[in-house]
Amino acid sequence: MSLTRQDVEKIAHLARLSISAEELPAYVSALSSIVNFVDDLSRVPTADVAPLAHPLDGQHQRLRADAVAETDNREKYQANAPSVAAGLYVVPRVIE
Amino acid sequence: MLHNLSIGELAERLNSRQISSVELTRHFLSRIDRFGPALNALITLTAEHALADAAAADLRRVRGERGQLLGIPLIHKDIFCTDGVRTSCGSRMLDNFIAPYDATVVTRLKAAGVVMLGKANMDEFAMGSSNETSYYGPVKNPWNLKKVPGGSSGGSAAAAAARLAPLTTGTDTGGSIRQPAALTGVTGVKPTYGRVSRYGMIAFASSLDQAGVFARSVADAAPALQAMAGFDPRDSTSVDAPVPDYTAALAQPLKGLKIGLLREFFEGLEARNAALIHDALKVYRSLGAQTKEVSLPHLPASVPTYYVVAPAECSSNLSRFDGVRYGYRCENPQDLMDLYKRSRGEGFGAEVKRRIMTGTYVLSAGYFDAYYLKAQRVRRLIVDDFRAAFTQVDLLIGPTTPTPAFDIGAKIDDPVTMYLNDIYTIGANLAGLPGLSLPCGFVDGLPMGLQLIGPHFSEDRLLCAGHRYQLATDWHTRAPQGYE
Amino acid sequence: MADWEVVIGLEIHAQLATKSKIFSGSATAYGAPPNSQANLVDLAYPGVLPVLNGEAVRMAVKFGLAVGAEVARRSVFARKNYFYPDLPKGYQISQYELPIVAHGTLQIVLDDGAVKTIGITRAHLEEDAGKSLHEGLANASGIDLNRAGTPLLEIVSEPDMRSAKEAVAYMKKIHTLVRYLEICDGNMQEGSFRCDANVSVRPKGREKFGTRAEIKNLNSFRFVEKAIQYEVARQVELIESGGSVVQETRLYDSDKHETRPMRSKEEANDYRYFPDPDLLPVELDQKFIDTVRGTLPELPDQKAARFAKDFALSPYDAGVLSASRELGAYFEATAAGLGADHAKLAANWVMGEVSSALNRDNLDIGASRVSPQQLSALLLRIVDETISGKIAKEVFEAMWSQQKSADAIIEAQGLKQITDSGAIEGVIDAVIAANPKQLADYRSGKDKLFGFFVGQVMKATGGKANPAQLNELLKAKLSS
Repeated sequence: MSLTRQDVEKIAHLARLSISAEELPAYVSALSSIVNFVDDLSRVPTADVAPLAHPLDGQHQRLRADAVAETDNREKYQANAPSVAAGLYVVPRVIE
Repeated sequence: MLHNLSIGELAERLNSRQISSVELTRHFLSRIDRFGPALNALITLTAEHALADAAAADLRRVRGERGQLLGIPLIHKDIFCTDGVRTSCGSRMLDNFIAPYDATVVTRLKAAGVVMLGKANMDEFAMGSSNETSYYGPVKNPWNLKKVPGGSSGGSAAAAAARLAPLTTGTDTGGSIRQPAALTGVTGVKPTYGRVSRYGMIAFASSLDQAGVFARSVADAAPALQAMAGFDPRDSTSVDAPVPDYTAALAQPLKGLKIGLLREFFEGLEARNAALIHDALKVYRSLGAQTKEVSLPHLPASVPTYYVVAPAECSSNLSRFDGVRYGYRCENPQDLMDLYKRSRGEGFGAEVKRRIMTGTYVLSAGYFDAYYLKAQRVRRLIVDDFRAAFTQVDLLIGPTTPTPAFDIGAKIDDPVTMYLNDIYTIGANLAGLPGLSLPCGFVDGLPMGLQLIGPHFSEDRLLCAGHRYQLATDWHTRAPQGYE
Repeated sequence: MADWEVVIGLEIHAQLATKSKIFSGSATAYGAPPNSQANLVDLAYPGVLPVLNGEAVRMAVKFGLAVGAEVARRSVFARKNYFYPDLPKGYQISQYELPIVAHGTLQIVLDDGAVKTIGITRAHLEEDAGKSLHEGLANASGIDLNRAGTPLLEIVSEPDMRSAKEAVAYMKKIHTLVRYLEICDGNMQEGSFRCDANVSVRPKGREKFGTRAEIKNLNSFRFVEKAIQYEVARQVELIESGGSVVQETRLYDSDKHETRPMRSKEEANDYRYFPDPDLLPVELDQKFIDTVRGTLPELPDQKAARFAKDFALSPYDAGVLSASRELGAYFEATAAGLGADHAKLAANWVMGEVSSALNRDNLDIGASRVSPQQLSALLLRIVDETISGKIAKEVFEAMWSQQKSADAIIEAQGLKQITDSGAIEGVIDAVIAANPKQLADYRSGKDKLFGFFVGQVMKATGGKANPAQLNELLKAKLSS
């Protein structure tokens, strides 16, 4: 199964990845090849088989006590930030 | 030579004050100095920290502490967050990222007294089987600098093989510990899913990732695994079950152990590779083990299953890398969309982008059932196959890789050819099973590995079987030329 | 012109009143400095993992039990993937195919007293996003992630409502319920209780639903009503003029009183839901559910029914008094001091004087300046005729501002009713004597002047003449 340029552009957009026009053909070919490869799965009969989300089937989620366990570490965490102002992370204008 | 001593022997010398941890650390730092650049095994060297940690370990020893790992140098795969130290995950995206916390694995090994020498090179975001996708350049195999060391934990494996540290940590999502261990002639351990905490380990595929260790022997790996393993309340997938004494388990007798040869592993395997495994089987039989053939009929489907599940999970896990709170940000973003697209487009390498896009595709509307859901159903069939096999045998055996290390650059163009490398290792990840790779011989002068896979939480039996093999053979003692 | 039917469904996001966030140990308190309550997990640092807050689960189960819903023994968290700066992970952890609560109902009372049952399709747990701020940043936005990770219960109704008023009644009922259950403080100004409305119209009698528009983030009952009314009118006009309704997300502009499309949601989002691999399925056993059931308080409907029965109150009064647990408790304590015979008096005063005073001073019932015990002591003085109802209102105001008891004020201001017939007669005589013209007019048929004499006597006695006695004696004197 081959993917088209539009398919790949759409996926790249959904995934917020910039792909240049020069790079696009390589991605189209690589992704088509991968999708082709995984299409093999359709040949495995799986009627009545429940999907397995976790390798440890049968374990269930632990519940944590409702307690505040954190202090204000803003300075430390924002040391890595590309752009902060007055404690806020700054990004180009978000339009609602 | 210090770098050829086992951890047990090092501990003895440290305890009897023949050497100090500082001296030991200096020894390995100078090896890194000498061999590191050519191998490109490290991304970050933490020499100053290391010497300070070593001095602290010496002090702890003076105060009476005697742990197996106290003062032992170690290199962490650059996927583990290390407080105050760059954690790049092999990517431009995190080239400027100084982690503000320690991964649980790091904390536990630190508590046991290890001395961190630095952060090992790796395939970008753990995606790769050759350590050729790293932003920091490929890692070379110390057995032959033109060959790959395997991946994604290539730097950790190469460093262990080159004796740059007695212990290195790695992660294994589709074989990323076992495969490089095999290609570099060292011992690699991937524990059961949920045995070791994933907190602080940068996520690739959440339901497959596990942290593990490289060492030159099972006996050396055991105390490291001991320190790393155990329940962590910060990781919801961490299992609350007691950790056995792995070192004590090594001494258990092997007699009566039933080892299964996976038929699917031997189909199409080259004769010379098959021969090595058969030799290993002879050793096991001589030790009292029984062998029999078993089949995992769905195993061939494990590679396409993996290449749906892992990209799906990673496409979501890597969405947090957006240039907003940390990591790479593109210059002069024009608007929000531009910020996202260029930060991610420029920050990630090609293989990572391919996997993100594959994952996005298989989860997208219209394709979810055919790919993701389908893969999860096949996954269950694979898990069931393993479960059935383990009713007949205690452990499974097979090669870790189809061939020895290939040339750097040989496979990088075609992703699918690269993916097929993972054929022997992926099944254990899908089923969450523990696996071990042990050096078992050479083909064309390059090391080959034999793989043991056990049921959930059978690390003690696995390590014992591996240790017994290493008592009866000496493949694991061979060093690459020039690194002895 | 076709007869149009309005179809409304509401999605309510209630912030659960846990101390810490749903997947991290950060505090949830409102109003902290930006990003001071955002830890590594909330900030989606590499390597971090979510751990589920058990209290959020208990609160969701509590809600489910209170609306008679099915509580799922097994529910799953799913990732909803999309990119937005206030969503640090690039996905929201929510619940998709297997929510924790499903198939409940809620009864609402309409203005005409009719009772209608609204279906609740599901309620699920999810995490809240952070906030984007725009002031003071040129061409940029500032992101505060304090709110990111706060637990939300998303309550989805069936499209059962047929008017803006029904929608508001339902929203109010849910608002009351979550506060009763103490799972949400219901503070709409602070964003703890938010509502999205799905609105569509169809010709009466047609079964198929019309295309719906979603109006997001309505944070007051008034806005919900107005926004729905505007939207219905807009859709009807659009269809009647030959156009068709586009399925889209809209925002309500409270200044312009209109809804407009949200620009950022122009493109349909493919959320690529899949079960979150970092979280295991939540499994609840009967013991867990029973323990939660044991913590359910008397629910609003149950309290209203009990008030109506035990205190012989009208359904309306019972409903008003059970609007909150605190108000109900206040009323009950007041009525207890008076005895069931006088419950109506207590009801009137709580709904009347007390509520007015609270509104005027912008206080909650919990901060009332007159306690139930003090109020019932005052009301007893009406019952035992020490003072009249009118005087009692003055006494109440004095109690409210001076923090003194009823008796102390009655004593201090000499407000005791005059019940001595002789004394009243004396005043009546004086008033009659002083107003011969009015007397003559009254005797010649101007009955309305009776009130004048009553007023004069009251004025002369400072309002303290017992009204019943005054009426009787005055009547006698005027007709003799």
